Amino acid sequence: MFSACFRTLTRHAKPRTSSTCNGYATEAATFETKPFRLHKLDSGPSTTVTVTRTDAVDMYKKMHMIRRLETAAGNLYKEKIIRGFCHLYSGQEACAVGMKQAMRPHDSIISAYRVHGWTYLMGVEPLGVLAELTGRQSGCARGKGGSMHMYTKNFYGGNGIVGAQVPLGAGVAFAAKYSGTDGVCLALYGDGAANQGQIFEVYNIAKLWDIPCIFVCENNGYGMGTSAERASASTQYYTRGDYVPGIWVDGMDVLAVREATQFAINHCTSGKGPMVMEMVTYRYSGHSMSDPGTSYRTREEVQEVRQTRDPITSFRERILTAELATSDELKKITNVQKVLQTEKDIVKRRFHSLSVSNLASETSSRNNETAQMSTLKKLLVV
Amino acid sequence: YSKCPDIMPMQRKFFTRRAFSTSRILNAQQMTVRDALNAGLDEEMERDERVFILGEEVAMYDGAYKVSRGLWKKYGDKRVIDTPITEMGFAGIAVGAAMAGLRPVCEFMTFNFSMQAIDQVVNSAAKTFYMSAGVVNVPIVFRGPNGAAAGVAAQHSQCFGAWYSHCPGLKVLSPYSSEDAKGLMKAAIRDPDPVVLLENEILYGAAFPMSDEAMSKDFIVPIGKAKIERSGNHITLVAHSKAVELALEAAKQLAGEGIECEVINLRSIRPLDEETIVKSVIKTNHLVTVEQGWPQCGIGSEICARIMEGEAFYHLDAPVVRVTGVDTPMPYTKSLEAAALPQPHDVVRAVKKVLGGRLWTVIN
Repeated sequence: MFSACFRTLTRHAKPRTSSTCNGYATEAATFETKPFRLHKLDSGPSTTVTVTRTDAVDMYKKMHMIRRLETAAGNLYKEKIIRGFCHLYSGQEACAVGMKQAMRPHDSIISAYRVHGWTYLMGVEPLGVLAELTGRQSGCARGKGGSMHMYTKNFYGGNGIVGAQVPLGAGVAFAAKYSGTDGVCLALYGDGAANQGQIFEVYNIAKLWDIPCIFVCENNGYGMGTSAERASASTQYYTRGDYVPGIWVDGMDVLAVREATQFAINHCTSGKGPMVMEMVTYRYSGHSMSDPGTSYRTREEVQEVRQTRDPITSFRERILTAELATSDELKKITNVQKVLQTEKDIVKRRFHSLSVSNLASETSSRNNETAQMSTLKKLLVV
Repeated sequence: YSKCPDIMPMQRKFFTRRAFSTSRILNAQQMTVRDALNAGLDEEMERDERVFILGEEVAMYDGAYKVSRGLWKKYGDKRVIDTPITEMGFAGIAVGAAMAGLRPVCEFMTFNFSMQAIDQVVNSAAKTFYMSAGVVNVPIVFRGPNGAAAGVAAQHSQCFGAWYSHCPGLKVLSPYSSEDAKGLMKAAIRDPDPVVLLENEILYGAAFPMSDEAMSKDFIVPIGKAKIERSGNHITLVAHSKAVELALEAAKQLAGEGIECEVINLRSIRPLDEETIVKSVIKTNHLVTVEQGWPQCGIGSEICARIMEGEAFYHLDAPVVRVTGVDTPMPYTKSLEAAALPQPHDVVRAVKKVLGGRLWTVIN
């Protein structure tokens, strides 16, 4: 059972600090991660990882912001101000933040629909994310995309069709190679999507053409309500690329994620072709807001992960133990919650949706607005 | 007959004498549709290095139907790329490349195989500009032969005009002549949005006159504008692709009986040039639509609906009749295949039905 798997994973080792100076916070600290598992690779990322104080605080802040953003989104959904689908990332923060930390400015990322956190990390302010989720015109897609269709520079969404984003990601990476930008594309998908035929089609093409694409399986154990074991003949997702080398990563450890992503980027950009990464993580909420998430797993299982393997609290412990920051400094960061409350109010009261005259805009690049309006009028007149 | 040495002998049997359009031909150079498509691709690849071709057999094999002949030799591996037989995968890669700023021309060996990739065409390509409120463009062209060929049976003969023209966010083009082929290919590649270019295998070997203007490197046929191939006063025939030839052939026969048809070559099915059709119907008061695809929810159905909903309805002297392919999967045997597709005499019969009792008035 999946829960049994979790219980066998041990907690991370104690950190080694590089220097302590009169009780002031240290500038950098070194930690040990869980071992990485390798597929068709002679060597992998180092399990000894170093993080500077600045980076640690930054990553902590980002993970915390995502957690708060998702909580706010969940509440707005319960108030029926967010409609339709709403897939929360709570519990998986270390994956996005760790990957983003290793990405260079010219790298791209594409994922499926659990992307509120990614949208924020790729440059959209939390207010812009909430505005899009609530369908306001100040949202990053003017309210026309919603939860599953948010885009910004080097972030290609936000895709609703399970698995379709993976060929798209390989295409983005192909374009980077074609244009000589040295960029890579991280194409993210879940354990459920990992069985999609089109993913195997692009493993083949990416390996054949040396496309700098990093395929990332965020294995949170469940594809909607179906556990990984019930859907996949092989749950070794990092090996599913067969001839594409792969790495298994502890997705609850932001430093391990960062280290592995760095390794993968180096691999791709040195002409060795694509790579697969499996990040084992966990989502606290159900598949989406319409799924309580308790019919296919026990509450005890969820609680256990929260208490023993939460990516934010375990990273906080590391920071404090290594004296990279004080508990007060970290508390200041968590006051971001107050900021989000204000933003929620703004979104609820002051933001507006697009007017109906915008219904047909952006259907094509060179819209004939008059033609669109006349069609619209015909539709509206009984 | 024009000399088309590259066509398989079997296909020559399907040539008919073409009814030339009445538009002025400045300098009648003959060019096959295949060569016109090839020229369009070549010129656009030369003009813009972001343009590249991918698909099955497009490179070393010179194209399954030789449309991309010579291009791999000229532009190399980087720009003309052979893919494995994985439509969903390579179409997705093409769409992703377009999102990231390149200008792919993605070939489906026939549009029947596009069904494997249709999610990428519709959900990834067509809808993204809208969903992103203009943040992400998808300047991609999906091209390949569409509709009935000759003796290739049910799974290789479907017309996808109706399927793709149903979707907002796509532009759907259907060339008939070589001018159409070259001009629409170039317009499609230059367009910032996803375009589906529905070619026709039987027409690949057909030669048409090309004006000097059409031979130039800047020749574009505007998307969304139909062409009146033949003027007439008695009835309007609207068709696209191969069906234009049927309509012209029927028009020739009917002219011998004193009935003058106005033949409209749609060129674009989405956006549909409603204005040209309406103007013609107001002039002739009668309409017949001609297509090779199936009748239910077809192009003809859409035209009928629009005529009904607009001003032209009040100018009709008789209901519109659609001439379409028969509502069955395509049979293999030659006699049944011929019966499953509209022939010129079907168009003639439809015209006479529509003109009905007016025939006497018309002839006089």
